[in-house]
Amino acid sequence: MSTDLRPDAVAATPARNPALRSRRQLPRFAPTGLFGLGVLLGAGLSAATGFSLTLTVVYGVVLGTLVLYVVARRVEGGRKAFDRLVTCLVTCAFGIAMVPLVSLVWTVLENGVRRLDGEFFNSSMLGIVGEGGGAYHAIAGTLIITLLTALISVPIGLLAAIYLVEYGTGRLKRAITFLVDVMTGIPSIVAGLFAFALFALFSGPSIRLGIMGAVALSVLMIPVVVRSSEEVLKLVPNELREASYALGVPKWRTILRVVLPTSIAGLGTAVTLAIARVVGETAPLLVTVGLVNGTNLDPFDGRMSTLPVFAFYQLTQPGVPPEPAIDRAWTAALLLIILVMALNVVARLISRFFAPKTGR
Amino acid sequence: MAKRIDVSDLDIYYGSFLAVQSVNVSIEPRSITALIGPSGCGKSTFLRSLNRMHEVIPGARVEGKVVMDGQDLYGSDVDPVDVRRQIGMVFQRPNPFPTMSIYDNVAAGLRLNAKKMRKSDLDDLVERSLRGANLWNEVKDRLNRPGSGLSGGQQQRLCIARAIAVEPDVLLMDEPCSALDPISTLAIEDLMTELKERFTIVIVTHNMQQAARVSESTGFFNLSGVGQPGRLIEFNPTEKIFSSPDEKATEDYISGRFG
Repeated sequence: MSTDLRPDAVAATPARNPALRSRRQLPRFAPTGLFGLGVLLGAGLSAATGFSLTLTVVYGVVLGTLVLYVVARRVEGGRKAFDRLVTCLVTCAFGIAMVPLVSLVWTVLENGVRRLDGEFFNSSMLGIVGEGGGAYHAIAGTLIITLLTALISVPIGLLAAIYLVEYGTGRLKRAITFLVDVMTGIPSIVAGLFAFALFALFSGPSIRLGIMGAVALSVLMIPVVVRSSEEVLKLVPNELREASYALGVPKWRTILRVVLPTSIAGLGTAVTLAIARVVGETAPLLVTVGLVNGTNLDPFDGRMSTLPVFAFYQLTQPGVPPEPAIDRAWTAALLLIILVMALNVVARLISRFFAPKTGR
Repeated sequence: MAKRIDVSDLDIYYGSFLAVQSVNVSIEPRSITALIGPSGCGKSTFLRSLNRMHEVIPGARVEGKVVMDGQDLYGSDVDPVDVRRQIGMVFQRPNPFPTMSIYDNVAAGLRLNAKKMRKSDLDDLVERSLRGANLWNEVKDRLNRPGSGLSGGQQQRLCIARAIAVEPDVLLMDEPCSALDPISTLAIEDLMTELKERFTIVIVTHNMQQAARVSESTGFFNLSGVGQPGRLIEFNPTEKIFSSPDEKATEDYISGRFG
């Protein structure tokens, strides 16, 4: 439904409709050019007061916006000028939002890539002082504990979401929704202390197990799974459920064969993003799983290593000399970021490949 | 197969709101019964109460009797799932299952109920149902394509094929043509005329010409005001309703002097 109201189209018939008469407009390249002019002015200004990159950017953006606004106001009129001003502000806001993200990724890449070598993936920290060593034990630990967390959280979270959407009514449903909302906001250290207290009840306070970490992370992950899968299940049109009921299909089978297949793409995405949310948690693992220099792949027996905790200890207790340990911490951080990015890509792939086909 | 439905003193509620009051009607087998009336007067609600789809909505309930061949559908020992297996339904908007192919959509009633069937029997059933819905020739080369790729009219006929594939005794249609163009509407009206040889058909429609064209009996629903319950004002053979109705309100409605 795009109605063609571009100025040149309007200009072709100026006589017939004076309300749509063409206004003077800046040429297409003018906004960029004027903004660039402002930036140059800003650079000049900052150079006059002793050059600094930050000042150049700040002056440049402010002056560029100002120049563009003033010129547009003279040429195009107030409304257009205001439009250009707001466009500049919105773009600036976007730029500011991107600064920490880009800077973070850049810093981690720059520092982390130094130790991103075969040894880092192949060896643990057993008997390593100073140079060398790796995070094989931490990578394996993170994968095992995250897998366990998913095994605990996905069934519970998914079933809870199905209950909320398909069966829950009245007070119980409201209570569960409220509690899930509260759980989404609890600090992660509280989840860790909860798991620690739970296991300490049975085995005393010195206990550290991989499964404890999985329980702690589940406390954090379940509400995320419930919330996002609930939203996804709500998106399934009621008409499909009714169509199924009208064929004489019982409710549970309708959920299993119609509702879940229809929403499988969204559910897959929800679960993957929930995993990405907990994979980098540090605090709960610090108090429940601890750290060990050797490789322990059994989550039911003693301390394990995980990437976040590994990075934490390498950074806070680097030893002498500190540089190799700090490098290892950066590389562990880089691996975590890669892991989260990979999970996000997987989520996108899931939603692309499992989405219902339209056949057109 | 077609069965007769007797409704007596049926009150239909949404929570504490009485939506339709004291309906008494007999729906004849092997015929088309049309329900007409203004929006919001309870036609669809009444239709949905015939196969217990009404109670899918939280808080909805009915009082009174709906008797099909001597058995009260609202009896305490009757499972609504069994009722719906005998009384199929076609909805206003075409709603094929988006995850399933055309073939699977037609077979859905059996597949979803996990009935075991030989492949050849299932193929036969799908073909028979699609032929019954006048859709076979249009889709026979692309049975494995998604059902949502069909046009609106084809989708609606696919939904009819899906409904008749489970061999119900009664077919309820809730404004099946309101989202369709005149040609698709004609196709579905022709189809209804064929289907009434085998099924009892009840159709809700806003199109009075449609009611006059296809139905044997017509019921006129009306409500006396906003917030008042809808009532079945008149139920008579279609010819009588459209020529010399008993009630003044019916005459006003069908001649357009409504409200």
